[in-house]
Amino acid sequence: MKKRGEDLLQKNAHAVQGLQATGSPSSAIMSVFRVFQQELDTKHDKYERLVKISRDVTIESKRTIFLLHRVTSVQDAEAVLNEADSKLDAVRQKIGQIAKELQGEDIYQFHRAFTPGIQEFVEAASFLHYIRHRSLVSLEEINARLVFVRPEEPPSMDSVEAGPAGALTFQVTPSDYLLGVADLTGELMRLCISSVGNGDIDTPFQLSQFLRQIHDGFFYIGNTGPYEVSKKLHVLRQSLGKVEDACYTLRVRGSEIPKHMLADVFSSRSALIDPDEGPV
Amino acid sequence: MSVTEMFSNLQGFLSADQDVREDIRKVVQTLEQTAREILTVLQSVHQPSGFKEIPAKCARARELFCTVKTHIAQLKTRFPAEQYYRFHEHWRFVLQRLAFLSAFVVYLESENLVTRDEVAQILGIEVVQDKGFHLDLEDYLAGVLIMASELSRLAVNSVTAGDYTRPIRISNFINELDSGFRLLNLKNDPLRKRYDGLKYDVKKIEEVVYDLSIRGLAKEAESVS
Repeated sequence: MKKRGEDLLQKNAHAVQGLQATGSPSSAIMSVFRVFQQELDTKHDKYERLVKISRDVTIESKRTIFLLHRVTSVQDAEAVLNEADSKLDAVRQKIGQIAKELQGEDIYQFHRAFTPGIQEFVEAASFLHYIRHRSLVSLEEINARLVFVRPEEPPSMDSVEAGPAGALTFQVTPSDYLLGVADLTGELMRLCISSVGNGDIDTPFQLSQFLRQIHDGFFYIGNTGPYEVSKKLHVLRQSLGKVEDACYTLRVRGSEIPKHMLADVFSSRSALIDPDEGPV
Repeated sequence: MSVTEMFSNLQGFLSADQDVREDIRKVVQTLEQTAREILTVLQSVHQPSGFKEIPAKCARARELFCTVKTHIAQLKTRFPAEQYYRFHEHWRFVLQRLAFLSAFVVYLESENLVTRDEVAQILGIEVVQDKGFHLDLEDYLAGVLIMASELSRLAVNSVTAGDYTRPIRISNFINELDSGFRLLNLKNDPLRKRYDGLKYDVKKIEEVVYDLSIRGLAKEAESVS
């Protein structure tokens, strides 16, 4: 519907242009607006391209996260992690495209176009990092891996374009990082519940400790952060509550039930919990 | 690095960001104040007595624009030049207002559409993004659209004041502006919304011209002049 409207507008514009070409000599105002038309179109095109790349980044990052959730139920965790690694590398290439589009631009001018993708990427990258190293990936570490070496270009006409050393970087903004980390906590909660289901008794406690640190961090920032951060704080609290509850049950029931039966108790419990309490 | 350290780093960044925004807000407030003063000066052209004093009012407005220049010069020093769009929202509204005011002054003086360069010159800013604090194209266009609705008011009031030729000149001007805007492929954004109002301004002015011509007032005015 919207598309057709745009088409119509374009046709309209062409009609007016045609009229101008054949009719009265184009006035100063018309010629000025023709320049504006080009400028606006160029900008909108770039914006649309960025939205498209960002959507791809989001989809691939989500898939990586799903893949990482399988880590609890398979024997060979390392293989899954490596696969996730290579998936994330593909995502990085996409972000390289964003960086290329943004070359020489003010990144905040187009920030709205790609922020969802970047947040999802931060979520995936930090999730992988947590599973590997049991720690929070820092903003600097993420940014350090977003340096792209451009393939040698054929001798270009304008040497200014080549830039110094031909390297292209993309900087994740602190607020995108924060929002990505806030999303990460939801994934960690899911990881906790599913690892309980697999009879893994250590992971939930580690996770609850880690989540508590992040929670404290977010409270330290409080409402000085961007508006979206305070919205995510509520969800973060819920996730933390679920993980803490799980740890609590684990302690209480763990002392009653012989170790070898624990797995059975939790796998049936989590089957009850998961469907309605898991994140949507 | 521990989680706590990381978050305190981020907190440092966020409070620095807030300080910058606070600074910008203060300067923008003074800018808004001056913009209101200019508007008050120019509003008096709608008064019957004001019609004779248009050049004087424009001169007064131009004086006030010098104050605007110094305010904007201050604004420029409040944030890194390459981060214009990061804080754009803070001054977007007032800059559109100022674009409107400069366009209005230029129209009253010469009955021409102000160019982007002229607005930039009046406000003491740049046109090209790379050169520093600049006038965003969409803000300029928004300012021009505000002027269009102001002109439709002026057409009505000039009839009341007994000036029957002005509405016809305004009508020609607005029609040209309308066909100019029709060249643009606007997205569904605030500018588009504002553009949608232009047709009502055009309609209003056409009605005024119709009223004048049906009563022979337009012709009478032509023969007098």
